[in-house]
Amino acid sequence: MSDKVKIHILDSTLRDGSHALAHQFTAEQVTNVVKALDDAGVEIIEVSHGDGLGGSTVTYGFSKQSELELLKAASSVIKKAKLAVLLLPGIGTKDDLKMAADFGAKVAQIATHVTEADISEQHVGVAKKMGMEVISMLMMSHMGSPEKIAEQGKLVESYGSDVVLVTDSAGALMPHSAKERIAALRAAVKIDIGFHGHNNLSLAVANSVAAIEEGARWLDACTCGLGAGSGNTPTEVIAAVLDKLGYETGIDLWKIMDVAEEIVQPIMPKPVRIGKVSLTMGYAGIYSSFLLHADRAAEKFGVDARDILVELGKLKLVGGQEDQIVEVALALAEKKKQVPGRENLQT
Amino acid sequence: MEKVKAAIIGSGNIGTDLLYKLKRSNILEPTIMAGIIPESEGLARARKEGLVTTHEGIEGLLQLADQFDIAFEATTARAHMENAPLLKKANKIAIDLTPAAVGPYVIPLVNLNEHLGEPNVNLVSCGGQATVPFVHAMREVAPVEYAEIVATIASKSAGPGTRQNIDEFTDTTARGLEKIGGAKHGKAIIVLNPAEPPILMRNTIYGIVEETDPEKLLRSIERMLTRIKEYVPGYRLRAKPLIEDVPDGKKKVTLFVEVEGAGDYLPKYAGNLDMMTSAAVKVGDEIGKHLLAGTWKKKDNVEARA
Repeated sequence: MSDKVKIHILDSTLRDGSHALAHQFTAEQVTNVVKALDDAGVEIIEVSHGDGLGGSTVTYGFSKQSELELLKAASSVIKKAKLAVLLLPGIGTKDDLKMAADFGAKVAQIATHVTEADISEQHVGVAKKMGMEVISMLMMSHMGSPEKIAEQGKLVESYGSDVVLVTDSAGALMPHSAKERIAALRAAVKIDIGFHGHNNLSLAVANSVAAIEEGARWLDACTCGLGAGSGNTPTEVIAAVLDKLGYETGIDLWKIMDVAEEIVQPIMPKPVRIGKVSLTMGYAGIYSSFLLHADRAAEKFGVDARDILVELGKLKLVGGQEDQIVEVALALAEKKKQVPGRENLQT
Repeated sequence: MEKVKAAIIGSGNIGTDLLYKLKRSNILEPTIMAGIIPESEGLARARKEGLVTTHEGIEGLLQLADQFDIAFEATTARAHMENAPLLKKANKIAIDLTPAAVGPYVIPLVNLNEHLGEPNVNLVSCGGQATVPFVHAMREVAPVEYAEIVATIASKSAGPGTRQNIDEFTDTTARGLEKIGGAKHGKAIIVLNPAEPPILMRNTIYGIVEETDPEKLLRSIERMLTRIKEYVPGYRLRAKPLIEDVPDGKKKVTLFVEVEGAGDYLPKYAGNLDMMTSAAVKVGDEIGKHLLAGTWKKKDNVEARA
């Protein structure tokens, strides 16, 4: 046994990465990626719609293939790794979790907005009862003070969660503000702590390292950095960095690099990069999953995606409110046409 | 004119808001409020409005059985499960605002007439009350393949009951979209937003409908809007309905809705709760009209559901 500190890596290429492909993964792609990640020694592999189980909708975009088919494909080839799913209470339900457990999911990530963890009590309970490992994600963590995060961490601990994740959904945290949140949790809870980063400000790896230095032991990452907004912490990069820093992840560095280059990159419709819109998300603190929705609405209604984001920020939108993007774009387009006021049906 | 006497069970936020709405009804007259906390603000307000009050819950209420015909249940699902058989035995009509769903789901503008004579009706969910009427409006023009709604409510307006069982909202509302709205498949999403000052309730309603004349859809939607505004004045469309062509010759309808509460007792931002109390009074008024006209036929609940 090595005496190195173990860092648990959850690869979310087939979940958060799904945002970058507008949820168009096929069972064949899932099979290939899972097989390769498993072989590279990744501890946990997540497969779900980008917005979690039950996320295949008009609002968030329909999946090409059902979650059931994708989970089936994943569990048919997975050997050493644990299969994980994501659930956002309010979008998916306990029944979705049960379906996932039936298809071999061993880990459940249950995500709520950073102030709303109390809507997840039943879901955590059901997952635990089915013998799943539960990771509670506090999304949009930049919107919650360290004190708030400590309070919410205690809540999910009381529900039975095994891990609580500071989840930087907007890629808006800085290394010091990520650290403050991890430190607040460490003082408040006994369960493990982790970090989920987005790269909108090019800080996903730096923030993950800062979190580890502060005591986090779990990290979410995506191969090739695939993911919402400017993408997530790249699995192959964080594996190399943690190795250099003397931590143990169980990941074979050469193999994960090969997976990135040979398996995942060819699937990607375009490289994940920090573009002007996703950079604005990190700068203004906007939910990364809004990226493609804002891009599409901008094109459709002839407005600047950044102007949409600014409006979304003013409305203090949280994760899940993708439906508001088209409305905001419509309103901006109306304004552009210089029609006085909004056109309402009623008089 | 003679009015139908109504009791309110529950002296919390919902019960108190109901009190003020019922005071304005031309059909119903609130006569009793039953609570369980003697010093509750709701009971004090009810007394001030001239109602008889009891703090002995359902037992206290049933001692006053000659003073009401309809009871509005504004407590909890658990309480209503216990109260429902007692109310039925006392020959009272229950309008249930809790998720207990002892009786059939009712959306006043859509399916109330199917349930005439029911001793107990349930109001689905706030999201259901706010969105099902428009799925029905689409269904009146063309078959609805799929209906989906996103309800966003202020975090502050979601009580502990909703928070502890958020799936109840999604499941019940989705069933409402299908069984009452008439969509082949329904999906409901709820988002809690903690922004300060609290946001007004918003609902986005999507319908995928068979090929049809967009003008017909628009007119049906407008008619429904006019009717819903009669009992929820703060119900608004934030933009013109969006009707787009989608593959297979179908149409995609998108409605952006905002619901501002009347502010009777509940804060105005809690449009979701106002939607429930407004729908409850609307259902009560309709039942009351039938009672006054002698057209209310009682039928056994079990039979009705068979």
